[in-house]
Amino acid sequence: MAAETYKIFDITKIRADFPILQREIRAGVKLVYLDSTATAQKPLAVIEAMDRYYRWSNANIHRGVHTLGEEATTLYEAARQRVAKFIHACKAQEIVFTRNTTEAINLVAYSWGRSQLKAGDLIILTEMEHHSNLVPWQILAAEKGLRLEFVPVTGDGYLDLEVYDRLLEQHPRLVAFTHMSNVLGTINPVREMTEKAHRAGALVMVDGAQSVPHLHVDVQALGVDFLAFSAHKMLGPTGIGVLYARETLLEQMPPFLGGGDMIKRVELRTFTPNEIPHKFEAGTPAIAEAVGLEAAIAYLESVGMEAIEAHERGLIAYALERLAEVPGLKVYGPAANHRGGVASFVMEGVHPHDVAQILDREGIAVRAGHHCAMPLHQKLGAVATTRASFYLYNTYEEVDRLIEALHKVRAIFG
Amino acid sequence: MDDLYRELIIERYKMPHHRGILEPHDISFEDENPLCGDRIRIDLRVAEDGTITEAAFSGHGCAISQAAADLLIESILGKPIEEVKALGRQDILDLLGFEELGPVRIKCALLPLKVLKAGVYGLRHHDSEILSEES
Repeated sequence: MAAETYKIFDITKIRADFPILQREIRAGVKLVYLDSTATAQKPLAVIEAMDRYYRWSNANIHRGVHTLGEEATTLYEAARQRVAKFIHACKAQEIVFTRNTTEAINLVAYSWGRSQLKAGDLIILTEMEHHSNLVPWQILAAEKGLRLEFVPVTGDGYLDLEVYDRLLEQHPRLVAFTHMSNVLGTINPVREMTEKAHRAGALVMVDGAQSVPHLHVDVQALGVDFLAFSAHKMLGPTGIGVLYARETLLEQMPPFLGGGDMIKRVELRTFTPNEIPHKFEAGTPAIAEAVGLEAAIAYLESVGMEAIEAHERGLIAYALERLAEVPGLKVYGPAANHRGGVASFVMEGVHPHDVAQILDREGIAVRAGHHCAMPLHQKLGAVATTRASFYLYNTYEEVDRLIEALHKVRAIFG
Repeated sequence: MDDLYRELIIERYKMPHHRGILEPHDISFEDENPLCGDRIRIDLRVAEDGTITEAAFSGHGCAISQAAADLLIESILGKPIEEVKALGRQDILDLLGFEELGPVRIKCALLPLKVLKAGVYGLRHHDSEILSEES
């Protein structure tokens, strides 16, 4: 599959769709953007869709009967439909628009968690979670007296599934974990873990911030109960994210934020909540951003998620091979065939920030720090790492430029 | 930005002159930059008349924060503690030989001063709010 789809992937054409990739960071030094795990660049199709919306259709939604109001509402709801189809949700009502992945997870914690969980209940998380899938549960656990347990990460960057099996014997109410680690790139066996969780009587919430942009994700095939992700990591704009939840769950969950649009009827002392998914979308939402997300999905689909995945697998395999050539460089995480396009590393004797700073001089954008995963870094025994991450627009030549620049870092620090 | 990794910075990073821990000490303070996890501790010994007689830093961080710590310590040795209170952003940039630093790296450069000031003010006033003037 990989080889065939890769052939139809015209990288030059793809790159031409992203205006920012033409930018020079300094005179004569072209941008090499290796920070898509933090946020992806945007194709012209997305920028233009949002521009067109503001120039031609801008209005508030679900309110005005005027033409613009109807157009805006149609566009916003079409985006919801598109998202539902993209992740194979049964119905568009199962798609709640949020600000980002973080807000989607908080929605689950505050609405589902607060109403369904009681003191002593167990939530299973993992050591490789982003802070966004730790802190909301810590807050809820403190408020309700919940127990939190963590699936450990093995030395080579996988979840320890034997410990997971044992933790499941304690009858957790929820298992929440990332589909793809934003530090290690590890792709976790969501389907297997979900089946086991369901057999143990727990619901499953998956952080799809890194997987939905890069892999073909089918919520029905995976069987997950909740899935959270952000538009800006999948070529879309910032400011809009998605919570997918099974219809029956959304129906039983109380509203999250209160305000306009989430109500059917309001009296001075009471309100009747709106139907799903509107009951979870208080206030004027990110309409132009929904339009942008719709365009981003259309773009991803036109390239093909399988082709994107194959391209990134090739890139990361090549990158891991070449990174091994750099003296004193330690790369974290699993083998190339079990990870997405993410490589976090440390260079002996050089702080990750200094690595990133020198790479920037060469036009190469990487991230340095703990990547919002401090517990994972503690486990790895690294204060911080430098992270290079890839997307559909990255090339093998860019990997070469990364390696060259890393040799320069080595030379500067001796 | 091109001279960010000049010899002075790299040398002080790799072979700092004032790295260590003073036990006992008169003042010790430790803080970190939550963005990058850099952590710096500064220990001081202060004479009766308020002169800083010995000083050392420890912890971990990038070349900029480590070099800034080392150069800062060097600059305050033998100085009255009151002078430390007057140090500011420009003094650190001067020590490092930078005209300016970007919004991200300036935090690395200023972390040692932030720690030092917290220590110095903490001794007399226990008033860490003073920190906010630097960040």
